[in-house]
Amino acid sequence: MKTKLTDLASVIRSKNSGPYELTMDIIFNDFDGFEKVRKAKVINEELVCKLYNIAPKDIVGIVEFEPAKAIKITIRRPLCSGNLGETDVYGAQQHAPLLDLEVDL
Amino acid sequence: MKEEFRILSTTAILGYGFPVASFEEGMKRNPHLIAVDAGSTDPGPYYLGAGVSFTNRDAVKRDLELMIKAGVERGIPVVIGTAGGSGGEPHLQWNKEIIEEIAREQNLHFKLALIHAEISREEVKKALKEGRIHALEPGVDGTGLTEEDIDATSRIVAQMGIDPFIAAFQGGAQVILAGRAYDPAVFSALAVAQGYDMGLATHLGKILECAAICATPGSGSDCMFGYIGDDYFRVEPLSPQRKCTTVSVAAHTLYEKTNPYILPGPGGHLDLTGTSLEQDTETTVKVRGSKFIPGKQYALKLEGAKRIGFRTVSIAGTRDPVMMSQIDNIIQGVKERVADNFSGKNWNYYLNFIVYGRDGVMGSLEPLRNQPKSHEFGIVIEAVADTQEQADAICASARSTMLHYGYHGRRATAGNLAFPYSPSDFHCGEVYVFSVYHLMDVEDPAAPFAIDYIQL
Repeated sequence: MKTKLTDLASVIRSKNSGPYELTMDIIFNDFDGFEKVRKAKVINEELVCKLYNIAPKDIVGIVEFEPAKAIKITIRRPLCSGNLGETDVYGAQQHAPLLDLEVDL
Repeated sequence: MKEEFRILSTTAILGYGFPVASFEEGMKRNPHLIAVDAGSTDPGPYYLGAGVSFTNRDAVKRDLELMIKAGVERGIPVVIGTAGGSGGEPHLQWNKEIIEEIAREQNLHFKLALIHAEISREEVKKALKEGRIHALEPGVDGTGLTEEDIDATSRIVAQMGIDPFIAAFQGGAQVILAGRAYDPAVFSALAVAQGYDMGLATHLGKILECAAICATPGSGSDCMFGYIGDDYFRVEPLSPQRKCTTVSVAAHTLYEKTNPYILPGPGGHLDLTGTSLEQDTETTVKVRGSKFIPGKQYALKLEGAKRIGFRTVSIAGTRDPVMMSQIDNIIQGVKERVADNFSGKNWNYYLNFIVYGRDGVMGSLEPLRNQPKSHEFGIVIEAVADTQEQADAICASARSTMLHYGYHGRRATAGNLAFPYSPSDFHCGEVYVFSVYHLMDVEDPAAPFAIDYIQL
């Protein structure tokens, strides 16, 4: 059954982590939703590559952080913060593709 | 059991403000330390390179007035880390003048320590020759630092750990104003010097540097209180409308971090794999098990920025669907015409068009680039060149060329762009990029950071 990620997660955000990385946090409403998504392994490399139009080598890590019932995705920034061509210095608006996501649980 | 070490963190970044009621609530708890982080690399390379603060002078003065007055009157040390946002020499001097002004106006007398964090190009080049410089970000631009890169860099700062702070306390400082500092060290140094655990103090510092962001509802402009015991620490919000919960504190651990379990810093890393959180009271959280693992070699993070030119931008929009359908071709055509116009000049310039409504926010990461749903585009025309005059000329040429560009199927022959402003073009001034983001091995973690004492 398809479930919208926005129905499971109360926080979906992005932010720079230093000048070279972007990190996305999905914080779930409850441990139940977190466990279901974690077990289904739907937040994976393949999905992130598709959502962000990037190659696996650009993924720094996908980490499950149980104390916060959260999944964190970190990728390399296409451009270092402030380089010519930059579009989002704070990286705070790179979360949107996750908002449209529907997951199969 | 030792007495708990008590720390009052006033706000997430000096100048972001905090309610007086929260501050007074914190002072009632008799803190051993009042501290604040004043900086970040988040606003990008400009502020470091240009030597300019990204926080407002009046706002910084307001926050410091409350902190220094209370601290000096009660004999509680006050520590400010990463002065002026970037922690270079001009940033330190800028903040020092504010402190001197406060001391004069409030008739306060105290010993101020200034800890310098700017590192000379010669020192970094020497370290490079000796093989003491390492890439922090393998595989990205920033790996192979050269002498030429160092020479081109306007300003380099090193991120200090706890040792320079401890030295300044031992030197009798009542107020410490530090250049670029590892954010948690601002909060943890005094506790570690008094024998409290480095892992717990550092983890607490990580939380306190963002003040009330770890509470729910979170805020970057409210105070937070920390207590360190023998084998735990506690965090407590100081406004009755906020609570710390195990989830709010854990969620904050994720914020801006690459990996929430392993957090590298000067001299080693914080390991949170064995950390446990427990709801202590209704509004406070108790944390145990955070460990500091010293590295084999003490390394300092270096940050440097270099000037690459001057920028001029023009902001415009289009509501014409024919034009929007051909935007890539039009941009390409404009670039070619501008190149042709200035072909005799031998200018080195960068001309870029950010198209909002298509991929202006996400750039190459945008999955919907080829299926925009907008009925209008916002366009930022950006020129960067070696001088402001050249950037003006390139931007003006691109703007006028785009305004009158004849594309296939064009009906709107009077003009292609809507400009919200007259004048249509804006000087953005100097443009900087990060040119150093590396680790430098050092034998003595305090030595690179000179300390001056001023009796006010």
